[in-house]
Amino acid sequence: MIGLEHYLIVAAALFVIGIFGLFLNRKNIIILLMSIELMLLSVNINFVAFSAFLNDYVGQIFTLFVLTVAAAEAAIGLAILVCFFRNKGSIGVEDVNVMKG
Amino acid sequence: MGIGEIAFYAFSISTLIGGVFTVVSRNPVHSVLWLILSFISAAGLFVLLGAEFVAMLLIIVYVGAVAVLFLFVVMMLDVDFAELKAEMARYFPLGLLIGVIVLIQLMFAFGIWDYSDGYQQRISEVIGSGTNTAELGAIIYDEYILIFQLSGLILLVAMIGAIVLTLRHRDDIKRQDVFAQMMRDPEEAMELKDIKPGQGL
Repeated sequence: MIGLEHYLIVAAALFVIGIFGLFLNRKNIIILLMSIELMLLSVNINFVAFSAFLNDYVGQIFTLFVLTVAAAEAAIGLAILVCFFRNKGSIGVEDVNVMKG
Repeated sequence: MGIGEIAFYAFSISTLIGGVFTVVSRNPVHSVLWLILSFISAAGLFVLLGAEFVAMLLIIVYVGAVAVLFLFVVMMLDVDFAELKAEMARYFPLGLLIGVIVLIQLMFAFGIWDYSDGYQQRISEVIGSGTNTAELGAIIYDEYILIFQLSGLILLVAMIGAIVLTLRHRDDIKRQDVFAQMMRDPEEAMELKDIKPGQGL
């Protein structure tokens, strides 16, 4: 019988893979964004698993909102990336020093 | 082992494999394709959990929109990805260390986690009777209407922001000017000459 713990373990492993990707691809902003998408997906799996096992639909509704925010974040992030590439000719993280932050 | 358990293990293993290859793949186009595999498998997990609407939404929004957006950007930008990947081996031990530490922390958290007393009475109260989509719609448009409208506003802001960031006017190419075309005066645009036969202009 597949219980709640099985889904939580899958989500935890996916979250750790996302964190691992953040450290592995420190130069490549596109893969950084994809790693963040993976972490958001693991959070969604947690939400839906709890929602299913506790018979509460609110978890699935918050999954919808997380999905919305993730889509908006990907769109804005990639737009900034395209804009940056036009100005600098590169997408390396070490070149992002215009604002001296 | 029943069909449900086989499906669970298949979907979860392909989700994790897709995640791993998204992260370690050399070619960003392959990364996007592995990401799509991961999302589709997660949608399968959602179907197993009985959340059909969210599963279909995941396929439509992520595979249909976000992954295609990533694919467009990866293919549009002319970047030397081999150079970006060159230092990957340097960060491998650090990333592995932090990943293992976070995994151990999560395992500790799950180890002591348990249901509270009497949760069974509480969960049996809130079950609805309709289909998944109908129940979700009833809750969204009733209790969460404000957050729903706000999420629509977030998408509007994201759309306008993306357009403003990427739109540029180039002066070195010819464009169609509809107003100038409409306001052309035939009297000035064309000149009629009366040519005598045999003489030419």
